[in-house]
Amino acid sequence: MSTAHRLDISTAPFLHQGRNTSRVMLEVLMALVPVIISAVYFFGVSALMLIAVTVLACVLTEASLAKDGINFGVLKDNSALLTGVLLGLTLPPATPLWVAALGGIIAMVLGKAIWGGLGQNMFNPALVGRAFLQAAFPSLMTTWTLPESFLDVAPSTFAVPLMSAQADVVTAATPLALSKFEGKVTEVGPLFFGNTAGSLGETAGVIILLCGLYLIYRKIFDWRLMVSTLLSVAIFAAILHQVDPKAYPGPEFMLLSGGLMFGAVYMVTDPVTTPITSKGAWIFGAGVGVLVVLIRLWGGLPEGVMFSILLMNSVTPLINRYTQPRPFGSKATPK
Amino acid sequence: MQRYATFRHGVHPAEHKEATEGLPIERMRFVDEYILPLAQHIGAPSKCLVKVGQRVERGQMIAAAGGFISTSLHAPVTGTVSAIEMRPHPNGKLAESIILKTDRFDSQSSFKPVYEGADGSLPKKDAVHLVQSAGIVGLGGAAFPSHVKLSVPEGKTVRFLVLNGCECEPYLTCDHRVMLEHPRKVMRGLELIMDHLGAERAYIGVEVNKMDAIDALRAACTRGDIEVIPLTVKYPQGAEKALIDSVLKMAVPTGKLPLDIEIVVNNVGTAAAITDLVETGSPLIERVVTLTGPGIRRPANVMVPLGTPLRDVIEHCGGLTSDTRQLILGGPMMGMAQKSLDVPMTKGASGVLALTEPANNRAEDPCIRCGRCLEACPMFLNPSRIHFLVRAERAEQAKASHVMDCYECASCSFVCPSNIPLAQLMKIGKAMVRQL
Repeated sequence: MSTAHRLDISTAPFLHQGRNTSRVMLEVLMALVPVIISAVYFFGVSALMLIAVTVLACVLTEASLAKDGINFGVLKDNSALLTGVLLGLTLPPATPLWVAALGGIIAMVLGKAIWGGLGQNMFNPALVGRAFLQAAFPSLMTTWTLPESFLDVAPSTFAVPLMSAQADVVTAATPLALSKFEGKVTEVGPLFFGNTAGSLGETAGVIILLCGLYLIYRKIFDWRLMVSTLLSVAIFAAILHQVDPKAYPGPEFMLLSGGLMFGAVYMVTDPVTTPITSKGAWIFGAGVGVLVVLIRLWGGLPEGVMFSILLMNSVTPLINRYTQPRPFGSKATPK
Repeated sequence: MQRYATFRHGVHPAEHKEATEGLPIERMRFVDEYILPLAQHIGAPSKCLVKVGQRVERGQMIAAAGGFISTSLHAPVTGTVSAIEMRPHPNGKLAESIILKTDRFDSQSSFKPVYEGADGSLPKKDAVHLVQSAGIVGLGGAAFPSHVKLSVPEGKTVRFLVLNGCECEPYLTCDHRVMLEHPRKVMRGLELIMDHLGAERAYIGVEVNKMDAIDALRAACTRGDIEVIPLTVKYPQGAEKALIDSVLKMAVPTGKLPLDIEIVVNNVGTAAAITDLVETGSPLIERVVTLTGPGIRRPANVMVPLGTPLRDVIEHCGGLTSDTRQLILGGPMMGMAQKSLDVPMTKGASGVLALTEPANNRAEDPCIRCGRCLEACPMFLNPSRIHFLVRAERAEQAKASHVMDCYECASCSFVCPSNIPLAQLMKIGKAMVRQL
């Protein structure tokens, strides 16, 4: 006992589960790798370039908006990296790279920084960037291409900023557009395995679903958010389909088409912009599901996942307020 | 897989009990000096009965209860009062303490009984007073005077007695060893308390990582109105309200005590101490302490005379490794970090934990509202919301968010991926509300 020990003083507990914020983000990123691979498989090298550009834009923007000037240390929580990947995966394959970069910058500035940074933002940053692009470049954001080979790049990809970037390519309609405007319902098979037109990360339903199950298994995300979203779409669509099978596509089509699966697994589950309470999670997911079906079937757009989530983001504080947990042993706890 | 009774929410820290769970309780040699703070229980400090220079006998009362919610204090050794002065207390403050110089020529093998004519049962009258005069407190860690739980106020009754053998704090094994080595004492103490209170039924809740203790208790159980209940290993299983939920599926109403729903909870060590009192007349002058953690060279369960300086108990266990960074009195979830080896072992000291890598030296990140703390909180509070309110010094709103229902188990801090000191902020919030 002759050695003098330098003893640290801190407060209990002296054990920690060991999973920190950057680790949580990293695990989500790992669960995105299969989706990225599927995007590259279906859409070729332009998918890779787009994701790289959105990641770079998000990361550089976040670093240059640090409190103490440009600081790459703020990136250690991996949240900017995650936003970049998520944004990239929501873009159509022929998006010009400069447009993608602009989306990344907007995501980090308007989606996150002006709110006060990580944990403070009201809306999902990646979707803020995506919504901005949708408003600013409506035709680009609804131009869907299917490349002929891996290295086949749409001419619009390298469009010069601010020059008219018309997608001069062979375009294809997404399953949702086919259904809405031409009344053609795509088979479940292609929807499940991903060889349909759409945004980079949204087409392969089975891969996204498996990644979602992994995230639930690892307890990274709240399963209630995912389940309630998908369940509410399925139930709502099933009811409508029963009423009039010709006018309304069935629940399996509604679940697997468009960005729903991707949104339910990776966007609805963003902890920051969704309710913290478990009851609130059910309400949030149910709200997203109902809005998705409403927009898809009666709105002007073929797809409504993005706006549904953003709309529900805006009522998250309200949901939290009315779903605060009751302490154990309070009168309302029936036991 | 068999399912055991449990409560909702809570966390699953690694158990870390393997180093000491198989080690029998050992004794340590008497040391030269004992430090006995007058406040080592919940409630008013004891009143000193001795003077400097006075010779005291082992087991002699040296301080009397300072009120009803207070208890007495006894000499752990035969010796002389060498000083009555301010000494470092495990709570981080200085506290008035009686210092005893051990008589080197005394064998310390006998003690002065506090219960003359102990016949193995609690006296019908004066049982409460007897337990108070024996200085017995809850040995689970909170050190709440046990006689208070034995005195049922006018108009109240007790239906169920629950004995707490969960020992849900990681690392600690002292209750485990007491149950395993002295199941008869635990069972007898339970019967005594039960019969004194007039309870209908009694239960002993034990986590299933101590199956040998469950078997030992069952073997020692001779009455049909006592049942040993195996419980799921989950923290904080041993918290009073969680334990009552697990064992009886009853919820203590917020702001109320178990007694308000006709339940009394005691620790297994306390029951054993009461058996010792009625069978030998012994006051509480020693307790079992688990010394463990990567920084303790020879982990052990030790019967430590109260007042033994931390330095001496650690030395008994081979000392600290040179890379020890943190020393904790109590368990790793609710214990207190110590800066000095001069603090004494008090009645509430269930463990000494030496850690080589402090768990919470990571920088804090912003709250990302992931909700893990809500899912961990056994009281169904919203620690995330309360931490924002406490940091904004909004005591009224923190109160409205039920901060006072927090019993500081620290499950929230344990799970927080942003490493926010939620439990500490809850404690601060409670202090703020008390000042309203």
